[in-house]
Amino acid sequence: MSRIGVAFDKARADGRAVLVGCMPAGFPTVEGSIAAMTAMVEAGVDVIEVEIPYSDPVMDGPVIQQASDIALAGGVRTADTMRIVEAVAATGAPVVTMTYWNPVERYGVDVFARDLAAAGGTGLITPDLIPDEADEWLAASDAHGLDRTFLVSPSSTDARLAMTVEHCRGFVYATAVMGVTGARARTSDAAPTLVSRARAVTDLPIGVGLGVGTGAQAGTVAGYADGVIVGSALVRCLLDAPTEAEGLAALRTLSAELAEGVRNPTR
Amino acid sequence: MSADALAPVAGPQPDSAGHFGRFGGRFVPEALVAALDELDGAWRTAMADESFQAEFAALLRDYAATPSLLYEARRFSAKVGARVLLKREDLNHTGAHKVRNVLGQALLTKRMGKTRVIAETGAGQHGVATATAAALFDLECVVYMGQVDTERQALNVARMRMLGATVVPVTNGSRTLKDAMNEAMRDWVANVDETHYLIGTAAGPHPFPAMVRDFVRGIGDEARQQCLDLTGGLPDAVTACVGGGSNALGIFHAFVPDEAVRLYGFEAGGDGVATGRHAASITGGSAGVLHGTRTYVLQDADGQTLESHSISAGLDYPGVGPEHAWLHDTGRAQYLPVTDDEAMAAFELLCRTEGIIPAIESAHALAGTVGLAPKLAAELGREPTIVVNLSGRGDKDVHTAGDYFGILDKER
Repeated sequence: MSRIGVAFDKARADGRAVLVGCMPAGFPTVEGSIAAMTAMVEAGVDVIEVEIPYSDPVMDGPVIQQASDIALAGGVRTADTMRIVEAVAATGAPVVTMTYWNPVERYGVDVFARDLAAAGGTGLITPDLIPDEADEWLAASDAHGLDRTFLVSPSSTDARLAMTVEHCRGFVYATAVMGVTGARARTSDAAPTLVSRARAVTDLPIGVGLGVGTGAQAGTVAGYADGVIVGSALVRCLLDAPTEAEGLAALRTLSAELAEGVRNPTR
Repeated sequence: MSADALAPVAGPQPDSAGHFGRFGGRFVPEALVAALDELDGAWRTAMADESFQAEFAALLRDYAATPSLLYEARRFSAKVGARVLLKREDLNHTGAHKVRNVLGQALLTKRMGKTRVIAETGAGQHGVATATAAALFDLECVVYMGQVDTERQALNVARMRMLGATVVPVTNGSRTLKDAMNEAMRDWVANVDETHYLIGTAAGPHPFPAMVRDFVRGIGDEARQQCLDLTGGLPDAVTACVGGGSNALGIFHAFVPDEAVRLYGFEAGGDGVATGRHAASITGGSAGVLHGTRTYVLQDADGQTLESHSISAGLDYPGVGPEHAWLHDTGRAQYLPVTDDEAMAAFELLCRTEGIIPAIESAHALAGTVGLAPKLAAELGREPTIVVNLSGRGDKDVHTAGDYFGILDKER
């Protein structure tokens, strides 16, 4: 079983959900992102999702796009992501990478998989790669022992849902709403239905992302999902803070609040 | 040549998942797959449905004013050293080939029972065309346009608003066409139930490249027959400008099976491909994934999209339709860059010899033809016949061209 699977099993045994926290690599700087992700782990985030910044992130809302733009303007390279993964994995937390497909294809799919595995990454979340187009990634992830997290959506048909989870390994990413990343005032009504539809066709743990930003929302999602994925709200801690130190402090506070939330599932 | 050899033959089609060789396909969030499947089904049904075809044909004839003329440009021909036949898409309603695509997609939108269309636009031409079709079909219309473009194309913004559309300036990223496309995709993911994304060119995820090509292929179907009627034979070459590439595919498609007819796509070479300031995705880019499809892309060593540069806003895009990428790989069509200066020289030449002000996009096809004519004449040992897609008119470019030639009176 993958390290992600172990984290989900342990959380399940404790009667809680896994907290997955996302941060773009190289935001605000390479060292700054390592510090931020380390702080998240120390404050109770179970799994770190390192997003490779991309110039055209169509699944992301304005917060993550702004952070990605800052990272790219700072000159972050795909190779830097590997260094960040390695540094964060050294904390002991599982590190999964989220990336749009073109940077992987440009790096070389097999070489990317080899380097990510060597850096201690557990696998990839691929927001714009569907299994239909993923032959090369299926082969490379098998060859290098990496997890594959494809997205399922409220609009996925039953047939596509079954096909997609069939190709997943590690965990499944359920997008809670029809929309892009970004914290929302209300959590989704569509998500519980989607999770139960997915449960009917897979034993893999199911993480829910898009729109979660508070401890209470994390508790609500933890009531029906195995993992709670938070990105924009964490990124905003750093974007809004006047200094890096204050940003890290806000990040720790929110991470702790979310960690508390996943330990108090609302059922 | 026998009569059989002159009968039209069906052009190439992608596989069922929209692949043209190694290009095309779907690189999209799962959330969009259901909508793309729905669109794919609606398009295939419509293509086989006589009532849809009749309705589309009537609109093209009565509203868009097609078939457009194939005009023999004698004074331009004399300067160029080839018999140049211009496919006058500039005379269509709204001033370009794009009206064909928006009418086709608007009809499909109605058939799918959707009430809202969204579009991306660079210079505003596709936005104006979409707003036009939305007004005609009583659809809500939202157009995404990079903030940089809304400022430099204020007249087109006003046109869209007159037609009832909402124009949303996009302030993300480079604030140009590619960012407008990203924003339209985000809107679509969030509102896919009632919204159709009316993509403006033969790019994006399947079925858009093949579907848009089907809606504009009348250009080539008409031109092929008009050339036969006018000259008694097929042309030696067909030329077009290539940004996303819909006008070029529209005119190429009917000629692809005619192996003796050479096909040339002219990309926007900007300041020159060697300078890095250009929009020539095929001649100056590399294979990659952008906006839902695998194609040639302007990208850096890490796969980040590079900004494109061209005097022509309509060609200023860092990708190209996947069918062009495939036609390039197979060698069936040739793609060459044309610089801003070459395009503007041909722009001026057409103005002065024919009294036709072309779109700067189309001036790239004219410039490429100027360069091609002597080579083709030498190879064939006679004057070649070249069909050029004059894809749009230059009214929208008067300010840019006036600036370029330094003929605007100073502001008082």
